[in-house]
Amino acid sequence: MQNIYVLILFLLFSLSTSAAKVLYVGEKQQFNAIKPAIESAMDGDSVIVMGGFYKEGNIVINKSISLIGVNRPIIDGDRRYEVITIKKDFVSISGFKIQHSGYATLDDPGGIKINGANHVTITNNILYDNFFGVYIQMGKHCLIKNNKISAISKAEQQIGNGIHCWKSDSLQIIGNEISGHRDGIYFEFVTHSVVWRNLSHDNIRYGLHFMFSNDDSYFTNYFKQNGAGVAVMFTKNVTMMNNTFEDNWGDAAYGLLLKEISDSNISGNRFINNTTGIYMEGTSRIWLDKNLFRENGWGIKIMASCMDNSLRKNDFYSNSFDVSTNGNVVLNHFEGNYWDRYHGYDLNKDGIGDVTYHPLSMFGVVVEKMPSAMLLHRSFFITLLDNSEKVLPSLTPSNFEDKFPSIKPSLI
Amino acid sequence: MSKIGHLVLIDIFKNKIVLIYAIVLLIITWSVFMLEDTSGKGLLTLLNVVLLVVPLMSLLFSTIYLYNSAEFIELLVSQPVKRQQIWLSLYFGLSLSLAGAFVVATIIPLLLFCSLAQALMMTITGFAVTLVFISLGFVASIVSRDKAKGIGIAILMWLYFALLFDGLVLFLLFQFAEYPIEKPMVILSIFSPLDLARINNLMQMDAAALMGYTGAVFKQYFGSGLGLYITGFAMLLWVIVPLFISTRIFKRRDL
Repeated sequence: MQNIYVLILFLLFSLSTSAAKVLYVGEKQQFNAIKPAIESAMDGDSVIVMGGFYKEGNIVINKSISLIGVNRPIIDGDRRYEVITIKKDFVSISGFKIQHSGYATLDDPGGIKINGANHVTITNNILYDNFFGVYIQMGKHCLIKNNKISAISKAEQQIGNGIHCWKSDSLQIIGNEISGHRDGIYFEFVTHSVVWRNLSHDNIRYGLHFMFSNDDSYFTNYFKQNGAGVAVMFTKNVTMMNNTFEDNWGDAAYGLLLKEISDSNISGNRFINNTTGIYMEGTSRIWLDKNLFRENGWGIKIMASCMDNSLRKNDFYSNSFDVSTNGNVVLNHFEGNYWDRYHGYDLNKDGIGDVTYHPLSMFGVVVEKMPSAMLLHRSFFITLLDNSEKVLPSLTPSNFEDKFPSIKPSLI
Repeated sequence: MSKIGHLVLIDIFKNKIVLIYAIVLLIITWSVFMLEDTSGKGLLTLLNVVLLVVPLMSLLFSTIYLYNSAEFIELLVSQPVKRQQIWLSLYFGLSLSLAGAFVVATIIPLLLFCSLAQALMMTITGFAVTLVFISLGFVASIVSRDKAKGIGIAILMWLYFALLFDGLVLFLLFQFAEYPIEKPMVILSIFSPLDLARINNLMQMDAAALMGYTGAVFKQYFGSGLGLYITGFAMLLWVIVPLFISTRIFKRRDL
């Protein structure tokens, strides 16, 4: 027993001597540049960088160290270099302003690039005017938290993504603000990751863009005024909850674009003021629950290639068209949604309308076939036709219906 | 002209219908903005008023007014004033009162609840629609001496512009669906003042659904400065041409 205590004491002692080294960088400090400090650091050391301006080309971190900025030091890439490259596990970077990375389409320089490293933590940094903001390739268990990533919008091909993740696993992207990049957050072959509380706005293409990235979750993010909204493609087992998709406006802009998605859960999201709230193509076995669609051009466009999707308890308000489709076959299920256009009644007061609701308007079908019919939008004649179509469906598939429409909205 | 116009104005104000029309519009406008939860919905309801109630009121009121003032017109014709001047004064008096009623009733809630562009577009189109349909009412009343026929023509005109024209457009759309018809459609809309009013207002509000390829074509026309000029010019033609025709007939008519 005594021996164990001695052993523990010895271990503690050895840890405290070998791991607690702190190196200071700054004017009148031990080091006046970051590179030499990293060179003389050992695994487990901390490098504390005082406020100032550091222009040292490409800083490569190949040791497990913590790089900590005090008084927000600026690291500048001189528009030629990748600013920081991380090649070792257990690195953490916080408190910097990292700016002006180089621009190259071949090796995609970023403000911070994590190259095959695990357990990397990047917190509280400002990344400004970089080609890519944070670039993670083949990283696992990395945490990107509370960073502010912005770029000055240029043409789509001249700017990279805010947070770009490729072939990674178990990432946590939390509380970042991303603007002005091509895609705010980009996932390709990224699995078991969580994206939580991010604000992605005014990006040139998508606020969030992910492909081939299964088993990921997206909670409480805010996607606003992105060129084309959010796109989710070729993926399964995705959970998207309580996100807001707002003001994604334009010819090919969608609040949420779903393409070849299956077995996913999209609930509690808010789609406000988008050209199209959700656009679904080749989508199957998705649960759409308790989402709010408000003031969109189209609430949901479900293409005929979608099947076995279930839409329950969603609220539709003030959309020009609530639902639209391009085929006659109905393979999706609507139940218990609230439609502000519903004129039915509820005799037994159980909150469920007694009359079946046909959410597909005749004009919506006509417009889907002939877009130029849009010229007659809001015409009195069209309103008359729509109303008679609602009572006796002829052009629209009669089984495209919500049999138990909700009288009251489930969310306000 | 101003003297006769003045007389007409006083006469119209005396019979109080225009005043009631203004009050009704005022109540409708305030209530749509108070009742609806979003200003966009209120604006849409008001758009329906502009597209249905305003033309009907303008057409019927002006037609009936002209039939009822037949004796007054005969009296004026016996005086040394030009017929054209009499007719235009009547138009001036009627349009000033009805269009004035519309603007006075709607401008304040519009400015309060909507953006400036939306408010201006709605007020200007309402104003223009009033002028156009009074002008058409003048044609309806001069075509026939028979009051029932004249009012019948006015109602038919309203039915045509408010309902049938859009049905016709939809029919043409179906017939020519295989062709690139976006641009002809834009030109076609010039042939209905109500369509012009509707599309221009929509461009100011829920343009969301108007996007897409067709939307791009529409926006190119209606959303641009040129489109606004063309719309304004077309509306002006819609006022001038019927008024010119009715004046011509009135000048030559043996009363």
